[in-house]
Amino acid sequence: MKASPLAYWIVLPLLVVLWWLMAWYLDTSLLPSPLAVLHTLQHEAASGELQRHLAITLQRVAISFALAMALGVLVGIAMGRLPLINALFDPLLVLLLNLPALVLIILLYVWFGLVEAAAILAVVINKVPNVAVTLREGARSLDPRLEQMARVYAFSPGKRLLHVWVPQLFPYLMAATRGGLALIWKIVLVVELLGRSDGVGFQLHLAFQVFDVAGLLAYSLAFIAIVQLIELVILQPLERRASRWRRSGVQHA
Amino acid sequence: MLDVATPADHPVLSPMTLRIHHGDRICLLGPSGTGKTTLLNYLAGLETGQSRPGLRIGYLFQEHRLLPWRTLHDNLRLVGVCGDQVNALLAQVGLDGHGEHFPDQLSLGMARRAALARCLAVRPELLLLDEPFASLDPHRAAELQALIRELLKRTPRMAMICVTHEVRDAAALANRIWYLAGRPARLEHDQVLAHGPDALAGLTSRLEALGRSAAADAALAGGAPV
Repeated sequence: MKASPLAYWIVLPLLVVLWWLMAWYLDTSLLPSPLAVLHTLQHEAASGELQRHLAITLQRVAISFALAMALGVLVGIAMGRLPLINALFDPLLVLLLNLPALVLIILLYVWFGLVEAAAILAVVINKVPNVAVTLREGARSLDPRLEQMARVYAFSPGKRLLHVWVPQLFPYLMAATRGGLALIWKIVLVVELLGRSDGVGFQLHLAFQVFDVAGLLAYSLAFIAIVQLIELVILQPLERRASRWRRSGVQHA
Repeated sequence: MLDVATPADHPVLSPMTLRIHHGDRICLLGPSGTGKTTLLNYLAGLETGQSRPGLRIGYLFQEHRLLPWRTLHDNLRLVGVCGDQVNALLAQVGLDGHGEHFPDQLSLGMARRAALARCLAVRPELLLLDEPFASLDPHRAAELQALIRELLKRTPRMAMICVTHEVRDAAALANRIWYLAGRPARLEHDQVLAHGPDALAGLTSRLEALGRSAAADAALAGGAPV
């Protein structure tokens, strides 16, 4: 069931109040009050640091997301449609799905050094199997009756892809996108923490070293807000637009 | 116009040679489960993996098989109709003004007529109809039959093959009857129809006799009676 927006307006402020009371009662620098976090946020934003690190992290998220989706969609569809490709890639997929993200990140940093390409590659390799598995399901569920229709009416490959396949794969693409963003930005932070000298992950690392909880919370909240913004401004309108035909309603039984 | 030989190793169809001429209006009859749809698919080139080059085919499947995420307008555009012809086509099947609707907004009968409009959109030389009147109420079925008859009148060179269970449909539409039966299915009967009520009565009794023998075949083969 989808939570109503009202619940957000009740539960979230309640959480903030609870947090505030706890901070006031404990009175320790390890749990700063919401006001103190807001203060840190303001301070970081005023110096431009917040925006700089957010921008760098978002850029890494965007690049690795685009690469992982492109690669994962291709591999997933090929695996779903061609039994030979599936037989070849399936063991690799199982291996990668069960390999801890951290191992992959460390290996790539060890092999290629603490460079940007290694960071991006680590995120991409972590994400591709998830996208591929999702899209493989999608490709397997393509309606053979519409395939026949497209054959009879001699649809070109491009037309078939755009008008027959993509609409059927759309829910799977959205699932991969949602899961992808959630997973990728978390892995990007780890990658930054371990081997980059900028980005939100790096800032969290610095804050951790001096137990700057206000800094930790400030950067986390800023990032959560941005991810929610992407969901609201890009993903949801896209979904609404693409599922217009479903909601058009059945007028005649 | 089209000579088709079915292969020797087909699981459903026995080897046979079918000759279709311009202007043939064939009704394909036979017990259910014999492979009438398979034969249509075969003629459309769907069984072999290669389409029939140079032959424009319109295929009215049992389901409408319009793209549910595209409007009727876009569904017709996708088979190559220009913008202003779309409305003319929709008008031809009695769906003018429905261009912006999605297929699932239509009733069964309307969706089938929309799919028929798509068949016409490719200006077919061979029109394949798979049980076009199934699950329509008698009034809608009669309407659709009149529409198809009108259409056949306008395109004298187009060949049509229509799968149906009703001898009445055959009498109304066909000038040639195919009767498919057996396992694997073979063409038991290929008859060009004469006109007039006597011909229809003769056809009905012939088909009843064939139906009985097919039922006997099926019973002997261990299949369900027809």
